[in-house]
Amino acid sequence: MIHSLFIINGAGDVFMEKHWKTVVGKSICDYFFEAQSKCANSEDVPPVIATPHHYLVNIFRNNLYFVAVLTNEVAPLFVIEFLHRIMDVFEYYFGECTETSLKDNYVVVYELLDEMLDSGLPLATETNILEELIKRPNIILKMTKLITGDDTNVAISGEGAKNLSRGMESGITWRTGRIVHRSTNEILIDIIETLDAIIDQRGTIISAEVNGVIDCCIKLSGNPDLTLSFVNPRLLDDVSFHPCVRLKKWESERVLSFIPPDGNFRLISYHIGSQNAISIPIYVKHNIQFREGSSGRFELTVGPKQTMGKTLEAVVIECSMPKSVLNCTLTPTQGKCTFDPVKKILVWDIGKIESKTQAAARLPSLRGNIVLSTGQPLPESNPVLNVRFTLNQIAISGIRVQRVDMHGEKYKPFKGVKYITTVKNGRFQIQTKQNFSIPD
Amino acid sequence: MSSSMSMQSASGFSSGTPGGGPNPADEQTEPASTLSIFALDYKKHEDIKHMLDSNKDNLKLEAMRRVIGMIAKGKDAADLFPAVVKNVVSKNMEVKKLVYVYLMRYAEEQQDLALLSIATFQRALKDPNQLIRASALRVLSSIRVPTIVTIMMLAIREAVYDMSPYVRKTAANAIAKLYALDPELKEELIAVIVKLLADKTILVNGSAVQAFEQVCPERIDLIHKNYRRLCNLLVDIDEWSQVTVLNMLTRYARTQFVDPNKTVEDDKNNFYGDENNSKEKSENDDEDSLEKRTYTMDSDHRLLLRCTKPLLQSRNSAVVMAVAQLYHYVAPRSEIHVIANALIRLLRHHREIQTIVLKCIASMAEKNKDIFGPFLKAFYVRSSDSSHVKRYKLEILTTLACATNISTVLRELQTYVLSPDKEFAAQTIHAIGRCASTIPEVTEACLNGLVGYMSKKDETIVAESVVVVKKLLQINPVQYGDIIKHIVRKVDKITVPQARASILWLIGEYSERISKLAPDVLRKMAKTFPDEEAIVKHQILNLAAKLYVMNAKQTHLLVQYVFNLAKYDTNYDTRDKARLLRALLFQADKCPALSKHAKKILLASKPAPLLESIVRNHDQYTLGTLSYVIGQTVPGYTDLPDYPLEPSDSSIRNVEVIRPSPSQDESPRKPSSSGKKKSTTDEKFYSDEEENDENEGTSTEGPDDEDEEDEEGDDDEESENEEEEKSDEDEDEDGEKPAKTINQTDEYEQLDARSPTVVDNHESSEENDTESEDEEETSASEDTTDGEGEEKIIEKHTLSFNKSPSNIAISGFSMATTTEKSIAEDDLEAFLGITTTSASNQQSTTKASVRDDLQNLESLSTPSTLTYIRQYECLNRMTGQGLQIQYRFPRTPFQRATNMVHIELTFTNTIPNNDIRSIKFIKSKSGVNIQGFSDIDQLPGGASIITSIGIDFNDTTQAASFDISIGGRQLATSISIPCHVGELFQPKFINEKDFNKSLSSLRGMHEITGTLNVNETQISKFNFTTIQTKVVQCANVSSVPSSSGDSTVYRFSGQTVSSKALVLIAIQLNMSRSTINLTLNSDRIILATMLLKEIQQAISTIS
Repeated sequence: MIHSLFIINGAGDVFMEKHWKTVVGKSICDYFFEAQSKCANSEDVPPVIATPHHYLVNIFRNNLYFVAVLTNEVAPLFVIEFLHRIMDVFEYYFGECTETSLKDNYVVVYELLDEMLDSGLPLATETNILEELIKRPNIILKMTKLITGDDTNVAISGEGAKNLSRGMESGITWRTGRIVHRSTNEILIDIIETLDAIIDQRGTIISAEVNGVIDCCIKLSGNPDLTLSFVNPRLLDDVSFHPCVRLKKWESERVLSFIPPDGNFRLISYHIGSQNAISIPIYVKHNIQFREGSSGRFELTVGPKQTMGKTLEAVVIECSMPKSVLNCTLTPTQGKCTFDPVKKILVWDIGKIESKTQAAARLPSLRGNIVLSTGQPLPESNPVLNVRFTLNQIAISGIRVQRVDMHGEKYKPFKGVKYITTVKNGRFQIQTKQNFSIPD
Repeated sequence: MSSSMSMQSASGFSSGTPGGGPNPADEQTEPASTLSIFALDYKKHEDIKHMLDSNKDNLKLEAMRRVIGMIAKGKDAADLFPAVVKNVVSKNMEVKKLVYVYLMRYAEEQQDLALLSIATFQRALKDPNQLIRASALRVLSSIRVPTIVTIMMLAIREAVYDMSPYVRKTAANAIAKLYALDPELKEELIAVIVKLLADKTILVNGSAVQAFEQVCPERIDLIHKNYRRLCNLLVDIDEWSQVTVLNMLTRYARTQFVDPNKTVEDDKNNFYGDENNSKEKSENDDEDSLEKRTYTMDSDHRLLLRCTKPLLQSRNSAVVMAVAQLYHYVAPRSEIHVIANALIRLLRHHREIQTIVLKCIASMAEKNKDIFGPFLKAFYVRSSDSSHVKRYKLEILTTLACATNISTVLRELQTYVLSPDKEFAAQTIHAIGRCASTIPEVTEACLNGLVGYMSKKDETIVAESVVVVKKLLQINPVQYGDIIKHIVRKVDKITVPQARASILWLIGEYSERISKLAPDVLRKMAKTFPDEEAIVKHQILNLAAKLYVMNAKQTHLLVQYVFNLAKYDTNYDTRDKARLLRALLFQADKCPALSKHAKKILLASKPAPLLESIVRNHDQYTLGTLSYVIGQTVPGYTDLPDYPLEPSDSSIRNVEVIRPSPSQDESPRKPSSSGKKKSTTDEKFYSDEEENDENEGTSTEGPDDEDEEDEEGDDDEESENEEEEKSDEDEDEDGEKPAKTINQTDEYEQLDARSPTVVDNHESSEENDTESEDEEETSASEDTTDGEGEEKIIEKHTLSFNKSPSNIAISGFSMATTTEKSIAEDDLEAFLGITTTSASNQQSTTKASVRDDLQNLESLSTPSTLTYIRQYECLNRMTGQGLQIQYRFPRTPFQRATNMVHIELTFTNTIPNNDIRSIKFIKSKSGVNIQGFSDIDQLPGGASIITSIGIDFNDTTQAASFDISIGGRQLATSISIPCHVGELFQPKFINEKDFNKSLSSLRGMHEITGTLNVNETQISKFNFTTIQTKVVQCANVSSVPSSSGDSTVYRFSGQTVSSKALVLIAIQLNMSRSTINLTLNSDRIILATMLLKEIQQAISTIS
């Protein structure tokens, strides 16, 4: 199983190490650096590296490498998944997982690593359980430390232990017993979908997929049992679940039935493929011309489409221009437009677009000239437009929560559902047509 | 604040010099002083030692944090060992924990000093707090000091019997560590593993399997007895253990079941191949094929596949992969497709996960093209993919390409060629070549396309195209003379050595097609010969030799020239090659035999190359393993065994009755005697539980065995109960009409064979562990499978109660007189296995924790079930078209939801020789919350299956109705289950004091009373046992131990299952007036009224 863990920053310094078994010298990381140096890109480092006596499994995230050292056969996915889980826990504990945050909290880091693995075998990986064992550093804790002088991170005695044991015994490892929320009992559900689409020159959708997650923030006292049902559960046919979800129930009734962990967690993540018709809420009209020799024309118009009355927010269009483009002089009717002549990236930050379908003249547009470097041949490839936006109060796939019921407890909790649709950077591409025109 | 200040003063004191810290003011403002820790140097060790020696916790903590900082940084802190190890006794939890961390890091290096800490751990192993026990065991087993191996072994053995599952889990984890330290302990450890594998809590099982895999993976026989339970519980095990269990189960299936695919194939072969002559076949053969044709999958094999399938939706990629791997190796080919979707989903996870999963998909796709076919689009490359991901996706696309989808694949590949990542573009060209060679329809189109790429500007693309075209031409050279000519023209422009070499080779090989061009090429090459790479030079020599053989006249001088150049080349390979060819061509006298055949040798037809995958696949290794990913054998790797020719006998897995419900985590409980046992005291109840524990595990002796044997009454009762059970069984066997469960036949036979003698044994009240264990199982199975014998059992019980009333009365009340405190202490000892001496030392500490522990226990222990279980019918076999459903209340808490009433459903297929397929729970109809049963795939004729459901009756007796579907029919069958008022309760254990306390708050409105007149002969029959029997028969409540010794009042307590409202029952005998007063207190007054009536009625039947 996992023998040791080295945490390496982007500059290649091993700034933290933890050994669960016999100590493995830091020099083992040289093999990793060797493999790293062969790769042009830090993403390209092979996840598993074999050295004469050890095997290195690494992940790269947040500009940090986590390198686990193995000596025996163990499924690599197991280790990779676990390393990511460690990072998740760090992010939960420290708000972010960076070199600084880890160094600032090295004792907590060490205590966490110690609880999560027992001589290489995963032990407690649920943040709820870990929090019973080790307090999460936050402002309040720091204040109390200052005031009371009580300076421990460890919460092993007393109530915590009992709570923990209850969770452990019932087999519900994600929830500890006897949770009490005095002020509010609330169920907050965020349905967040990211759109993933490619649109070709003529405006036809080549692919449109939705990746969604349901993130919950559930603060309920006692031992509640929740069921969540959807208006249209048939959309969800490709789903992965948090361990708390009763799989049988989902299979038979298409409702999510679960005893929730306390606090924030990801209930399900799902994927809706292109077999379901997904309407794209935005359209871009483009007209790009390069002329041999000197300059070109560039015109974009953006408008909303089927947004169901909601406003498109934080609309940004990014376009990486061909190498031969020297500069652009473009004027937007709305928002701000910048061009980075070194990276050749054009960014047009539009902001909000109201859904009121008024005269096309009101729609934000961008037009102007492109200066090409003389002597270079015309660009071969078409520039691709990367579009980003967010759309609140609506899930683009059309998924809707029908009802959330709570059993097992008597009080009435506050229930809230939020829908957000976003686009991740680079996941919504519009291919442009190129109009070459031969100079007279 | 105070800590940082004092730390500051301490460090200032020791460093002494003003220049000690670079910026003292800075440090002062930095309370956590993280910066200073990372800038720590050796001189400061002195002050850390100083701080560790101080008696302030804050200082120690600060010091320990700095020590951990050094360890984290990878700096040596070994010289602090003596100072640190002293603090292992610290009362401060965090100091203690950090010392543990330190110990685990350095104990191995300083073994002698580490021994100082052992005593502390041994003490902590007996701590009342389970977390402290567990962490002590963890550290003890992690410090890797060989001298303490025996202590570790002892600690593990003891911890296996710990009442906390968390500690038992830790013990399971410790096993592998101990084994690594001393492999000679293997046999002893296996015994421990056996015990843990049979543990009742899933928490422990997962770790036990992990230990099993580490210590004795070859002892697959240990799994037999646990196989079905592990399968059924798999969904509920924690995700990390799931991976291990899945891997183990894959191996298990490969050793125990026959290959499902092979049989199917054989069938087909027989079917088609033998059609003509099958009649003439010898009888022997006929029998053989008949056997194979009737092959149906072993029900255990099916169980495995069914239970693992839901895990494909786990969020943990390792779990999904493990299931996929299991399906890949164990499932019949027709069912593998279910994994495709799940694996595709993993492709949206992190980059590292994608890489590994894609590699596995590449291997799987080669074997089962069709399952990934529909997901072709998922493997389209994105520009943001990492280089590994791109490579594997390309590989998969190529593998999946077939005549039907080749046009889309090729179009996609063409766009990749334009990708700015040139290496990837080259790989794409290779892939196009592979498509061309495997799919004849597109070979020509591909070739033309590839030739087109040769005129691209980019060198790597051109080079790769040439190499691929060369290979393609070699496969089928006849038709493509034009292409060869085209390529020859390129030779001047192409500079990549690999490509030039390929072109030259092509010219040499097919020179007769371009006889005019070839010598000219050689002429050009001769000019540039000295500047070429070695690989090109070799091909020039080859070309020269071949041309000479074909056309000696024209090329003679040119060839001589080239060979002369080669003679003085700096590369000795080139010189060697030149010498060899020269001898062959020009020096016929030296080796006449060879020279004669020079033409044949040089122009022999070469086998066409195979365009191979660019991704090295390591198919010899099991998918998804580390060995597979890196392509070499990693220590600890073992190959999956091949399927055996003969399946193992499925009866070896018969231990228990088929689990009622997959997500229940208890093994079948001993249902019989406990009803009466409860009547004694708390103490009795717990030890009973413990004993159950022991018997269900396979081990022979527990630490508390002796305690139990000391108590006389206990033993008597024990044997007595067993006797009852026995007789019950006998009776059942006689008047049997037991519905048989699948695979349970052997069990019954066994039982028949030995029953009379065993009864004798028990009558002489000799405790025999193994037998009683067996008996438990049988009686448990009896209980659950039993249909109509139930009523008789009840009668029998009452009978036997009456037979020996005096005996029972004594045992019932013997403990009641002892004080509560001593009960608890005895109890604790029994549980923790604390020796009497240590107990007396620690009495003060243990007392405080006794309450806690008892409370824990209460939550741990589910009340033992009763034999007073009637079975009711809810689906008639006429209306169910052969399916009969019976239900009963097993009176155990429903594990998945504590507010539900646990109901066991027995599905019986009453039509022999007709399988009922697919029984599914659809939905609750009456708005009642119901936890349905898991789907039943198949119910063979005459068999029955038991599952359990939970219904939240919401404290009413209204019937809960729900729909099920049978045999996949559209029309749902509606089923209604009314709840009997007594089943709405569950026992709640309280003592008399608490009873009275609760009673005072439930007076007035919440109290109802009833009186019952009885005659004198009747009242003499009333004693504790008879009343308890009747009350417990009516309602699922428990008796309250009487501490006052008053034998005229009997108290019972319980709570409603749904809302946990307390109900208190008091029954008072009034001897003088021959009346019985019943008092019920509860705020669920309607339920209480109904219950009162029931109890009244029940008691009046005592006679």
